Amino acid sequence: MILMYLTKEEERMLDGEEGYAAKKSMEILVALGDIYGAEKLISVGSVQVAGVSYHNLGDAGLEFLNELARDGKVKVLTTLNPAGMDLEDWKKLGISEEFAEKQNLVIDAFRKMGIIISCTCTPYLIGSLPTYGEHIAWSESSAVTFANSVIGAKTNREGGPSALAAAFVGETPSYGLHLEENRVPDAHVDVRTNLKKLSDWGALGYCIGKKVGNKIPYITGVKDAGLDELKSFCASVVTYGSKPLFFMKGITPGSEKHQLPKEKIIIKDRDIKEAYESINDDVDAIDFVCIGCPHCSIKEVAEVARLLKNRRVSSKTEFWVATSRLVKQLADKRGYTEIIENAGGKFACDTCMAVAPLKGRFRSVATTSAKGCYYSRHNDMKTKLGSLEECIEAAVRGKWS
Amino acid sequence: MELKGRIISKGVAEGEALTTSQPISFYGGVDPDTGVVIEKGHELEGKKVKDKMLVFPNGKGSTVGSYTLYRMKKNDTAPAGIINEECETVVAVGAIISEIPCIDKIDISKIETGDIVRLEDDTVRIRK
Repeated sequence: MILMYLTKEEERMLDGEEGYAAKKSMEILVALGDIYGAEKLISVGSVQVAGVSYHNLGDAGLEFLNELARDGKVKVLTTLNPAGMDLEDWKKLGISEEFAEKQNLVIDAFRKMGIIISCTCTPYLIGSLPTYGEHIAWSESSAVTFANSVIGAKTNREGGPSALAAAFVGETPSYGLHLEENRVPDAHVDVRTNLKKLSDWGALGYCIGKKVGNKIPYITGVKDAGLDELKSFCASVVTYGSKPLFFMKGITPGSEKHQLPKEKIIIKDRDIKEAYESINDDVDAIDFVCIGCPHCSIKEVAEVARLLKNRRVSSKTEFWVATSRLVKQLADKRGYTEIIENAGGKFACDTCMAVAPLKGRFRSVATTSAKGCYYSRHNDMKTKLGSLEECIEAAVRGKWS
Repeated sequence: MELKGRIISKGVAEGEALTTSQPISFYGGVDPDTGVVIEKGHELEGKKVKDKMLVFPNGKGSTVGSYTLYRMKKNDTAPAGIINEECETVVAVGAIISEIPCIDKIDISKIETGDIVRLEDDTVRIRK
């Protein structure tokens, strides 16, 4: 029995009259809608699909995508999360021939579906920019948090298959963060510490994520925040705990219309210090440095180029700048790419430190990203979180101190 | 005994029950090549879920878990059916794309490991 209201058109899809992919998609959307008590499906303006790296999909995932690609065509603007490698120059990143072959098959399936092969976790930087209040269906938790909080669009945290389903139908069930009543903050977080460097925002995300758990934080005390700071904070706060939505007084849209929640949490200097202590491992030799989790903006790439100019990355260290291909093209034109590559650094386009097959390749990583540290530990690396300056120093010297 | 629930993924399945009171994370918690539960300290650690009627309260963990269930189905290591108290998105999507019959809103305390369980759409039949 289906509880949710379906239009004639939606029923036709569910009955398989528009093919296999539309039918499977409707089954997924209807099941989710019924589980969460959605009344109906609503149109979405764009979709971001995660689950792209062959490392996570395996052969079965590839087979699933191929089955959908037989007759599945996306109905709305659909972009893709990072893959497991740089699609144009994977060899320089040490990716095996076998992996590259499988990864390319995954990409072929997505291409066949009509998806933009953007391979970035920052779709909002490369042309998929939702508007305030727009319903979208995005996966990739950092982008979901950015879209909900910084832009004020509305999306649940989709998984790979449910995002694909939304893309094939052009709709998503109306529940969770699509509904205004579920977007009310219920924990007041007062930040009483000065955030000085980019990594502090990751550390703040760690503190708030851990402390608020499954709540929506209303954050006060932050004086100003730029794009890169908010991008880093979004990635961290959702990785370490909270729902993919927060309000930041005076900075994010919609914060003015909500009351301060009663439950109050205070973040002090000591909390930030403790966040660093728990994210950082006791390690000095650094054999991997990665900047760009989430993917670097052009401003961040410019900073890396400025700091690396006329310097040389240690022969003991691999240095990656992870970004979208589009941002790299801007960097090429401005000469940043040449500076970074002349210094021995590598661009890792289309991929990132969280989804590339890195297990067993490096012992320790230095990064500006608290989220990057979380996933690097899954890859058995020791981690150091620090400022861009500290990370560049580590890359040049091959050690942290 | 007969229990009624809510269909998550329609179908018929029968087998021996493997029951736990703890949530299961398929991504990282179950080996898709062997179907063995590998989450450290889990009640079912070391147990094989292949061809079992897997009974657990709800899923947890990364959304990649949906693909893990699909990999298990293709590797022939998947459970025959899934019975939940309250199904969440990872397991629901995984069961649908893998065509593993799945039901929820069931009082799982009524089902013990070793019972023979038949799942048919919205009905669970239990033989002790």
